[in-house]
Amino acid sequence: MNNSAYPIAKEKEIKFDWKFLFNELKPKGKWLTPFNIISIPIILLGIFLIVIRYWKGLGSITNLTQDVPWGLWIGFDVVTGVAFAGGAYVVTFMVYILNMKNYHSIVRVTVLNGFLAYAFYTGALLLDLGRPWHVINPMIGNSFGASSVLFLVAWHFVLYMLAELIEFSPAIAEWLGSQRAHKILSGMTIGAVIFGITLSTLHQSGLGALYLMAKDKIHPLWYSEFIPVLFLVSSIFAGLSMVIFEGTISHKVFFNRISDKNEKAQNGIIHGLSKICAVTMFAYLVLQFVVFIHGHNWSYLNTPMGYWFLVEMIGFVMIPMMLFFYSYRTANIFMIRLAAILTMIGVVMNRLNVTIVGFRWDAAVHYIPSWMEIIVTLAVIFTEIWIFRWVINRMPVLGDSPSWAKDNK
Amino acid sequence: MGLDRRVFFKVLGATGLALAIGKKASATKSSNSDVEFNGILYDATRCVGCRTCEYECATAHGLPAPKDEVEVVRTTNETCNTVVNTFQTSKGEVHIKRQCMHCNEPACGAACLTQAMHKNETGAVTWDGDKCMGCRYCMVSCPYDMPKFEFLKTNPKIQKCDMCFDRQKSGEKPICVTNCPNDALLYGKRRDLIKEGRRRIYEKPELYVDHIYGEREVGGTGWLYLSPVPFEELGMNTTLQQSSYPALTKGFLYSVPSVDLLLPPLLLGIYAATKNNQSKDKEDE
Ligand code: SF4
Ligand code: SF4
Repeated sequence: MNNSAYPIAKEKEIKFDWKFLFNELKPKGKWLTPFNIISIPIILLGIFLIVIRYWKGLGSITNLTQDVPWGLWIGFDVVTGVAFAGGAYVVTFMVYILNMKNYHSIVRVTVLNGFLAYAFYTGALLLDLGRPWHVINPMIGNSFGASSVLFLVAWHFVLYMLAELIEFSPAIAEWLGSQRAHKILSGMTIGAVIFGITLSTLHQSGLGALYLMAKDKIHPLWYSEFIPVLFLVSSIFAGLSMVIFEGTISHKVFFNRISDKNEKAQNGIIHGLSKICAVTMFAYLVLQFVVFIHGHNWSYLNTPMGYWFLVEMIGFVMIPMMLFFYSYRTANIFMIRLAAILTMIGVVMNRLNVTIVGFRWDAAVHYIPSWMEIIVTLAVIFTEIWIFRWVINRMPVLGDSPSWAKDNK
Repeated sequence: MGLDRRVFFKVLGATGLALAIGKKASATKSSNSDVEFNGILYDATRCVGCRTCEYECATAHGLPAPKDEVEVVRTTNETCNTVVNTFQTSKGEVHIKRQCMHCNEPACGAACLTQAMHKNETGAVTWDGDKCMGCRYCMVSCPYDMPKFEFLKTNPKIQKCDMCFDRQKSGEKPICVTNCPNDALLYGKRRDLIKEGRRRIYEKPELYVDHIYGEREVGGTGWLYLSPVPFEELGMNTTLQQSSYPALTKGFLYSVPSVDLLLPPLLLGIYAATKNNQSKDKEDE
């Protein structure tokens, strides 16, 4: 195999070496890439704003009000971000549970993406907490609010991050060249996968369930008792569209890290995923339609919010769904990518419509995020991409594992 | 492969169904009529809008004194736990005091993941700063938007009426009740207050609308309201559901343990069933 890309694994098979770790921490490659030029100032500004936020209170940089206590950081960073991280549980389900081996090459990168997404979005959650020093309370058991949806979501988040870390850990072991750890950690994968899928089902739907008690605050076109189910189903195609999108970008940016075999498999994978997207989107549309009828929502359609609803449902669910179906049959990879992007826009719209646009839609003054909230959000996303890049450039994520890891199974 | 995918969707379908249906039947049970909570009966026909309760409340809770000149309709906020608003109605000027309703089954309490928001046996819903992590989920959930957050503090608190919990514990009435010069407020066991409310409506049907606000709204609230005009005219939300708010999430919450317990063995079963393909696939790799 193309072991030349991993001289580390050969040299450092036995001993754990701090110097090696230190060297790995240093950045690789060119500094003045366009991405760095944009992201570094934004991250620095974001850090500055976060300092102000902790010093002067949440209101100093956000536009949150007493009526709209959750804004962009929850609605976008957490609720939308987690939907996009849904790819990890779907892909591990396909590969490990259903044994669809041809998707194996995307497992690691998807899990890595999912893990980082969770790590950073939980981080964003900490920014949003007014009294973050008490965040440990629901965890250590001195005050279990077990009747709270947020309590369950928080626990499922934390445990899921652990599961994803275990799923990803063989890659870390390969990077460090630790054969013993690799063997143990690989053995834990299937358990972590089963655990992880279960946890995902519940917290993906749980994010929707968070809003169940906001019954009179969310526009009826987006509120229903079925939000949890809708969130769960849409997280499948949201996650997979993200996988398609991220795969496309990764294969351009990290082409030197990708093995030939995985490069070849890529189009087949995208092709297969498009069908799953299409089918789940169809199921989602049917569900949405049933919910719509069930809620007697016809009268809302002929209002501005109703048009907006139609834009979301037709423009960003139905059309990408048809694109997925069409491009699956014609095997048109470009169209699949287009559909994935449209789908992602649709998911962002949906989550924001529930959490921000439709939330207190009837209020006199609407919440519009401040530029500082947006900068902090961007800073979170950029930092995540930095870490992602750092890991991809070092660990065997997109490429093949070192040969010793194969026999180790 | 085709078969695998079918299983895939079946599992998802089953999970979705479990989530949706959950134990919906048991979730619709409402009303806490077997618990003897304290409450306060507010009679809008007696209130003259002097705002004494506002001033007393602010002093007792160490909050800034309310302004003398006020806009017509105000809401409570992080420096003010109660407001008395004046409305021009079909029966002339009517005043109405607003504050946290101290729901029988408070949405804020069910929302709180640290139990910082808590319904005490005295009937007061109180906030505990040693537990609260400031997530503001209580604010999202409260149908009356009563918990208020100090957005501009480094160590922010949630503010709302606490029904003078400390006074209650030492057997005293809430400060607003004690100080109302016109007997517009009556403190007592919620059940007795409802009887008293009914009695007043029965004796003077021309004076009151036949509705005790809070008897049923959101599953019953600690504050109960009598009014000479329909409550919509006083800016009260009359479209809220009559059953408890926490029940809205019960279907979901009940389904969590079942999914947590049933899904893993199911997944393990599918894993075992599809494993046979593995040996075949390995050769193509
Ligand atoms: S009115 Fe709101 S804050 Fe007060 S007890 Fe009810 S849910 Fe809680
Ligand atoms: S803000 Fe505090 S009181 Fe309100 S739900 Fe969160 S932890 Fe509970």
